[in-house]
Amino acid sequence: MSSVSPCDIYIMKKLQYERPLIQRLNTGLMNKFGMRTEYAPVSHIDDVSVKKLLADFGSPLFVISEKTIRNTYKEVNRAFKTRYPKVQFAWSYKTNYINAVCNVFHQEGSWGEVVSGFEYQKAIQNGVPGNKVIFNGPDKTDEDLTAAIKNNSPIHIDHLDELYRLTELAEELKARPNVAIRVNMDTGIYPIWDRFGFNYENGQAWDAINKIILADKLELIGLHCHIGTFMLSPSAYGIAAGKMSDLALGIKRKFKRDIQYIDMGGGFASKNTLKGSYLQGADSNPNFDQFAEAITTAILNAGFGKDELPLLILETGRALIDEAGFLLGTVISNKRLSDGRRATIMDFGVNIMFTSFWYDHKISPAQEFSNYTEDCVLYGPLCMNIDVIRENVTLPPLKKDDQVVVHNVGAYNMTQWMQFISLRPAVVMIDIQSKPHLIRKRETLSSIESSEVMPEYLAKFKL
Amino acid sequence: MKIKKNIALSDTGFVFNPSTGDSFSVNPIGLEILRKLKDNEPHEKIKKHLLDSYSTDADSVEKDFYDFTKMLEQLQLTEADAK
Repeated sequence: MSSVSPCDIYIMKKLQYERPLIQRLNTGLMNKFGMRTEYAPVSHIDDVSVKKLLADFGSPLFVISEKTIRNTYKEVNRAFKTRYPKVQFAWSYKTNYINAVCNVFHQEGSWGEVVSGFEYQKAIQNGVPGNKVIFNGPDKTDEDLTAAIKNNSPIHIDHLDELYRLTELAEELKARPNVAIRVNMDTGIYPIWDRFGFNYENGQAWDAINKIILADKLELIGLHCHIGTFMLSPSAYGIAAGKMSDLALGIKRKFKRDIQYIDMGGGFASKNTLKGSYLQGADSNPNFDQFAEAITTAILNAGFGKDELPLLILETGRALIDEAGFLLGTVISNKRLSDGRRATIMDFGVNIMFTSFWYDHKISPAQEFSNYTEDCVLYGPLCMNIDVIRENVTLPPLKKDDQVVVHNVGAYNMTQWMQFISLRPAVVMIDIQSKPHLIRKRETLSSIESSEVMPEYLAKFKL
Repeated sequence: MKIKKNIALSDTGFVFNPSTGDSFSVNPIGLEILRKLKDNEPHEKIKKHLLDSYSTDADSVEKDFYDFTKMLEQLQLTEADAK
């Protein structure tokens, strides 16, 4: 039996401290759903303690839940494969191209979808077979195109200059590249995303198809579209799928050729809440079944014969990875703004959480609090006025060194982050046995300076 | 600083200013401080009480007490000449 000293008794008698709070009670400001208050603590992610993760890997820290990725993938796979016989997912590298993340998707059966030479090399190095790396994007160099031709990768042509250059390269290499054209269209969502590919309504798409097939240098195997991002209207995909099917059937009628696949791109909304939204994204954004129903119904009803249905490719990125990503951070300080609002400064800023410009991210404390809360502004640590994580969030009275968990940060943050003012943090993946693995090291000064070159005459100075 | 005499405090942390009609809510420790301020207890004595009663440190008490009393001023719960 352990002995208890008088000192221990004294400490035990003390009450748990919480910062004193006073909050004006306002009437008439809440909507019918009330103000959302985030005081339910998230102390563990996949049974791993947040406190221990931060102690082991430092703060801030990105955490990826492998279990969530695999579960989300199974959910989207079920939504489409129960409705359509031939479905293929291609992991969107730009959404999160950390190799460990990509490989979870590849293990689940995803091909790769890339939009630059750098991403293309990553996919090939990860071991994705060349013919399963879809090459999108408006900027493909001769070197990129040559590699894609040699690897037999599907090249999605974005503009006529690319079409002409690809035709020249095919002749030079004596190869017949597999290509698709990117098609943009009016889907009832405005402004129309008409910058990628060739327009459906004004005939550009047909012009490109005619040029490819009549020149007979490239093998037109697919049609691709990318109608928008964070789409909240599944019906737009239905319209797009209908127009893509119409093109495919038109090619069949005109040239007696079957299009092997229709690639509907990405853009499905995740469960994040867009800034200015009335409802929480988790409650209001469409689910995979709604997107799947709209797309597959349009293709199945378009008029393809039983054995002529094209492969349906989906490049969904955001909706597959957002919920698997968490950002853990620590409170640096609290202060009052001139108007009396509480401001809390976190150790992570917009430089590593780019999506805070778009979303009101859900943020949870990582430790227990009472149910008293306070409206506050959450700032990052950057010496820049734009570094605002949340303009207005209701949180318990966080104090210095308290820890928080930011939810749904898996998409785009680990690719659009920058080492502006502070360096990029480590990334950890928690495997399905709840074991954390470091998948990207915390940056150091040498990570940045290894690319710098100092002219000799500037190497020394005297002050 | 002095809390206005007519400010009403409930046991559950509801604060009412009859002069303006404004109402506020405070957490238990905030209510404790408000009561002591209303009883004109010296600030140093209140801070010592907090330090003795709660598992915290002097810096946190100093910082949070300053912040809380500034908020009381800003919310017009203190006497106008109290500075």
